[in-house]
Amino acid sequence: MRLELQGITKRFPGVVANDHVDLVVEPGEVHGLLGENGAGKSTLMNILYGLYGADEGEIIVDGQRLELEDPGDAIDAGIGMVHQHFMLVPVFTVAENIVLGVEHTARLGKLDRGRASAEVAELAERSGLPVDPDALVEDLPVGIQQRVEILKALYRDARLLILDEPTAVLTPQEADDLFEAIRAFTAEGRSVIFISHKLREHRAIADRISVLRRGRIVGTADPRTTSEQELANLMVGRPVELSVQRPPAAPGPAVLQIEGLRVEDAVGTAVVDEVDLTINAGEIVAVAGVEGNGQSPLVRAVTGLQEISAGTVTIAGRPVVGATRKQVLRDGTGHVPEDRGSDGLVADFSVAENLVLNLWDAAPFARRGTLQFGAINAHARTLVEAYDIRTPSVETTAGSLSGGNQQKLVVAREFDRPIDLLVASQPTRGVDVGSIEYIHTQLVAKRDEGTAVLLVSSELDEVLALADRVAVMFHGRLVGPFDTPIAKEDVGRMMAGADPDEVLGSSPGGQP
Amino acid sequence: MSDQQGPPEEPTPEEAGSPPGASGSPPQQPEAVEGAVVVSEQERARAEIEAAKQRDADATGVSLEATFSQRLVAALTGTSVVVTVLAFVSALVIGAFIIALSEDAVRETLSYFFARPTDAVRASLDAVGSAYLALLQGSLGGVPQLSETLVSSTPLILTGLAVAVPLRAGLFNIGAEGQFVAGGMVAGLVGFTLTGVPMLVHLPLALLAGIAAGAAYGWVPGVLKARTGAHEVISTIMLNNIGLLVSGYLISTTLFRRPDRADPISRSVEESARFPRLLWWEPSLRVNASLLVALALAVAIFWMVERSTRGFELNAVGLNPRAATAAGMSPGNTVILAMTTGGAMAGAAGAAVILGLQYRLTIGFSAGLGFDGITVALLGRGRIGGTVAAGILIGALKAGGRNMQAQTGTSLELALVIQALIIVFIAAPGLVRAIFRIKADDLPTAQVSKGWGG
Repeated sequence: MRLELQGITKRFPGVVANDHVDLVVEPGEVHGLLGENGAGKSTLMNILYGLYGADEGEIIVDGQRLELEDPGDAIDAGIGMVHQHFMLVPVFTVAENIVLGVEHTARLGKLDRGRASAEVAELAERSGLPVDPDALVEDLPVGIQQRVEILKALYRDARLLILDEPTAVLTPQEADDLFEAIRAFTAEGRSVIFISHKLREHRAIADRISVLRRGRIVGTADPRTTSEQELANLMVGRPVELSVQRPPAAPGPAVLQIEGLRVEDAVGTAVVDEVDLTINAGEIVAVAGVEGNGQSPLVRAVTGLQEISAGTVTIAGRPVVGATRKQVLRDGTGHVPEDRGSDGLVADFSVAENLVLNLWDAAPFARRGTLQFGAINAHARTLVEAYDIRTPSVETTAGSLSGGNQQKLVVAREFDRPIDLLVASQPTRGVDVGSIEYIHTQLVAKRDEGTAVLLVSSELDEVLALADRVAVMFHGRLVGPFDTPIAKEDVGRMMAGADPDEVLGSSPGGQP
Repeated sequence: MSDQQGPPEEPTPEEAGSPPGASGSPPQQPEAVEGAVVVSEQERARAEIEAAKQRDADATGVSLEATFSQRLVAALTGTSVVVTVLAFVSALVIGAFIIALSEDAVRETLSYFFARPTDAVRASLDAVGSAYLALLQGSLGGVPQLSETLVSSTPLILTGLAVAVPLRAGLFNIGAEGQFVAGGMVAGLVGFTLTGVPMLVHLPLALLAGIAAGAAYGWVPGVLKARTGAHEVISTIMLNNIGLLVSGYLISTTLFRRPDRADPISRSVEESARFPRLLWWEPSLRVNASLLVALALAVAIFWMVERSTRGFELNAVGLNPRAATAAGMSPGNTVILAMTTGGAMAGAAGAAVILGLQYRLTIGFSAGLGFDGITVALLGRGRIGGTVAAGILIGALKAGGRNMQAQTGTSLELALVIQALIIVFIAAPGLVRAIFRIKADDLPTAQVSKGWGG
């Protein structure tokens, strides 16, 4: 399919999300769409998929002008989309999910499950995306669920597939499998629009890359002749520092000590099991792993948000078990939660109020039960200055700030007090490149102050850039930590569950 | 992308300001990378600040550089206030139709409507006009009418606060009625059991006993919610029934019942436990010192919700319980505090009615005042000042409604219908916006609407 977007413009109140975007996707091409959060990638794709109407501009498919009222029209035109968050019914089988909406029925509307299953099996075989058509979707790992999403689009005979951040939930190996499938797909003359903010992946899979910045296409690049650095500069609009300046660590005494930790979920299944980990003052230990392997409950247990089933956790000698979350925080633990929107801040509170969210009843911000707005606002003005939080005033609601500045707000609050341990979960998720640089620098600075840092990230590049030691979490268990530098492929294989002894062979990183 | 807080796209106001495609076509640089780096860090920072300013102004309807008078105008004309006022107006309009249709004279003209439609219109206008005029005169027409308005407003302000405080913590307290009954019963009991005590001791004691009883009766659903997750809407509705029925039984027992009477009516509160009337030169006017108590409590609640550390927790839990937990707050304790405080306000309302107005307990003495608190709090948008204002407004509606019934024969129930319509319109702000074609750009009403779904 040859797709042409001409002058697509979409305005939201006070915002031009897409400003005269021109884009051509040739048949058989993988077209990378690169841009920071908020650059307008998702809006553009939602227009192409019929979810939004464009204010101006035309969509032309194989020379024909296309009118899209809703996603049904887009599907009819041969456009398929795999969303970042899957649109699957967990309690249905793979085949049921794939045929949902276009199912074959026998007499009296009886579902023809046998035919669906056979068709799906055949389709999966043909497109090189093996799945069991009769498995329940909820039982499948994320990588396979994504395959189901792709098959869903193929079943509707998609000739152009939009993949929105498809690798965010995959191990590096699963991502490679996905890339294979994409190549097989385009070999038949079909096209793919590949959306990602990871430069490396664009260089690996895309035939051409269009860069979106603030709603405009600012350039089209050839991945074979363009370096990652050049792409990053283009995406951000200024020279970007991709690597982190990190002097060698000078570890001190142990701060965080986890022994035999076990955490169970609501039905008693262990989501964290037999985890031992020690983090010393002045070092960054990263926990890598695909999301959903127990990192979140581990962090919650360490920071006093979740009950521990077995084992001990101590921070600078103080046991976490039996302490309230408030005590854990006040005793000297900072926590940057993985989901700032739901856990990190109150969007309708002002910037100033959010900056004292965890110290609201401590002097000097409160006196005899009364909030001291003078002290709160002065504190906020200091932090806004020191942490470069871009806000019109400290009374602005936190929800009005951009994602990167919301994250800087959380970072400022958690970093700017004397702490022994800093727990940072996905600290740069959904954050623009400029803010990522800044947050990384601050993390290293905090380490050099002598704070023990536990970094949990599913971004392998981030882990390898920052960590002094790396541990890998898989199915609730932790392997490592291993000293850095460590080969990225080795960490990737352990993220997929490979035995560390085999991965590292006879020369393991070794545990101190 | 929509699962993140904040607006979906990073806005670019400076781009929005420039005419689109001013240079003919957007800059296309095929295969070119060099020279694209044009945005300086200062420009970028300025753009981010502008964007945040824009979003903040969109959310609050006023720009940050606004002067005081601009802010005042914005506060009075902000869409949420406009919607509230229009909800009130819409309710009055529908009420007008009901008045017209219930009027015999109007119905007669309807029988020959197509022959002479003007008769029907004139008769309707007459009926509606005289009814609403009576409503207005009965509430504001003179000192006695104002006194009645304030008498009606006093318990409504308090039950409104009883709903508004939990609302700020994301809870929907339907139980003000039961808490009102608990407060009134205990205040009355203290009021007529103790004898020979000076007023300076007796009245505060009876009032505090009523407040404590209401607080205890609000504490129960709070604890149930915090410890077991029982939904406060369900448990408070059930506690209302329990409170009303138990009070009915108790009033007929010898503990409460007047010795010389067989029907369920309690002994009278001692003179020393009655709120003194405020207009001492006009002793027939019933406005009394319980109004001052209500206003003082409103000030205290304002401090608690808007200025205290407890209020900070309350609002944080109401707006984002997960973030509140992550910051070390205890949503459970906050829920209990909010429900207990709400119960205390409803208990104070019960005490104010028994010690200031009725002086004796009868079956059904609450008369739905607790439920009216829901209207009041919603009309006040969960804000403390707004709730006080709404309490006075609904009080005027009640006082005027009585006059309307006496003068024009329009049933008192109409005032209740108008109240109910106000709730419907406020609960469905989209409806009012659709009717009056208002742009939907207010909406940070998460706290006000959260309690509904649970």
